[in-house]
Amino acid sequence: MNALAKDVVKESATEIKSSAKRYKAGVLKYAQMGYWQPDYVPKPTDIVALFRITPQEGVDAKEAAAAVAGESSTATWTVVWTDRLTACDMYRAKAYRVDPVPNSPGQYFAYIAYDLSLFEEGSITNVTASIIGNVFSFKPLKAARLEDMQFPVAYVKTFRGPPTGIIVERERLDKFGRPLLGATTKPKLGLSGRNYGRVVYEGLKGGLDFMKDDENINSQPFMHWRDRYLYVMDAVNKASAATGEVKGSYLNVTAGDMEEMYRRAAFAKELGSVIVMVDLVVGYTGIQSLSNWCRANDMILHLHRAGHGTYTRQKNHGVSFRVIAKWMRMIGVDHIHAGTAVGKLEGDPPTVQGYYNVCRDTHTKVDLLRGNFFEQDWGALRKVMPVASGGIHAGQMHQLLDLFGDDVVLQFGGGTIGHPQGIQAGATANRVALEAMVLARNEGRDIANEGLDILKGAAKSCTPLQAALDTWGEITFNYTSTDTSDFVPTPTASV
Amino acid sequence: MRITQGTFSFLPDLTDKQISAQLKYALDKGWAIGIEYTDDPHPRNTFWEMFGNPMFDIRDPAGILKEINDCRATFANHYIRVTAFDSTHQTESVVLSFIVNRPKEEPGFRLVRTEEPGRTIRYSIESYAVQAKPEGQRYS
Repeated sequence: MNALAKDVVKESATEIKSSAKRYKAGVLKYAQMGYWQPDYVPKPTDIVALFRITPQEGVDAKEAAAAVAGESSTATWTVVWTDRLTACDMYRAKAYRVDPVPNSPGQYFAYIAYDLSLFEEGSITNVTASIIGNVFSFKPLKAARLEDMQFPVAYVKTFRGPPTGIIVERERLDKFGRPLLGATTKPKLGLSGRNYGRVVYEGLKGGLDFMKDDENINSQPFMHWRDRYLYVMDAVNKASAATGEVKGSYLNVTAGDMEEMYRRAAFAKELGSVIVMVDLVVGYTGIQSLSNWCRANDMILHLHRAGHGTYTRQKNHGVSFRVIAKWMRMIGVDHIHAGTAVGKLEGDPPTVQGYYNVCRDTHTKVDLLRGNFFEQDWGALRKVMPVASGGIHAGQMHQLLDLFGDDVVLQFGGGTIGHPQGIQAGATANRVALEAMVLARNEGRDIANEGLDILKGAAKSCTPLQAALDTWGEITFNYTSTDTSDFVPTPTASV
Repeated sequence: MRITQGTFSFLPDLTDKQISAQLKYALDKGWAIGIEYTDDPHPRNTFWEMFGNPMFDIRDPAGILKEINDCRATFANHYIRVTAFDSTHQTESVVLSFIVNRPKEEPGFRLVRTEEPGRTIRYSIESYAVQAKPEGQRYS
């Protein structure tokens, strides 16, 4: 590169300070417009976003980062004089740091800071309209992924958060010191209300704390929602009387419009349910409205993350699930499906632990191994109970307890209902395996390594557990994860 | 029936040695341990009687086991549970709770259904033992 060309590159990567030049009609580089500020230090009140960007061939990484900052805040494709009617230096988002992604040629981590005044209080909907609005379709980028976000506590406190939270949920259910147990009623489609309630009763009486509607059970021709609710609540109450325990079944209130969701939630309350559920596909606003309803009606809110895999799974494009988990804690859900690490669905173990930490921490620390790039002070927002669901069974109890600890709902659907001796036996096998593992851990045993011995010991006085181990003991799902953290233990130099 | 409230009710009744190991775990975590008893084990009867305040200052499992055995001697035919409290900010609640004594016979609960319009049912759960006799004489 000759000296002149170098000067041109340098100039195009620097903010133009002269107002006359800066606001002359025409097109400028985003960096020239002031969206790249390498010396900027984020204020404690800024919202910070970390994007993984893949610029098109020939697009400079800093200019690409500036473009993301511009398109997710005030910029459009050309200079507009009306900027000068505003405090535009403040409103402009600032890309302030660009690092190459380790071991991923062509990809960069771009750090962008946004002033608090850019966002409406208490609205993740508004945050997303900026942060993941137009910018993901922007032509100079081949791909973009929102990896993480940091919210100032001032903004966190504009949200009410989970209506119930882990602590109050446990107090209401009278269940302490161990993970909760659940199962999704299967088959997910086709059961009549009467047959459906049968599965719920068997699972709860056998020892589960919760049964669950599946994400796509709403109100189909084979089972209308009122029928389901009536039969399920008979099963829940009968199982409660049979065991002396508080029991629940997540009644899915997801529907085509908000009015119908409120109608269903109100009926769930009328029947005495402790919990309702909703699917992520109803959207940020719908979930927050339902959260408000739950807060006013002493109801636990379970969120199924249906649809998230369309944008969370691929590392180069979309939104990381850790960001979705943060948004959902602020919007206010009590349960969120956050992965199993060892089951049938996507999830690298440290990355999944990172999601769990976001749900349960009072103060999240930087933890690059687990994919958490930022500190996050949760400002006393209640904690969300993560849910591990999908292809897990009693033979993995030691791994699950070791990875996730006590504050998690472990959901064994097939692992309960598919038990060779029946649903009650399947539920009992899971409950005995769980209690035996918690007992052993508390006694100081090394459950990660002695887990199978502990299970075999417990199975001596529990035939259903022995049958579960005989059926599924060796089943594992060892596939390479697509979504893993990219970091090297020593930090790389900024570009 | 066997009431399955508490952390370990699906396992065979814990021996004193097993109970001591759990007490040690809780004390090592810095939790305070309380002993509570009742003869009204309704699933939503939160407030069992306290056998003294939670033992914030007893940090030795043997000392707590002695209290448990005193409680068992006094209320042999009651449910007795050991409850651990964690005072950490933003927990500040119960973190472990398990039954260490239960009556010889557990008659269980009756589910009462009150039918209402539109196939709706109101449910209540009644303990056979509580229905039969006043407090203190229910499981003799």
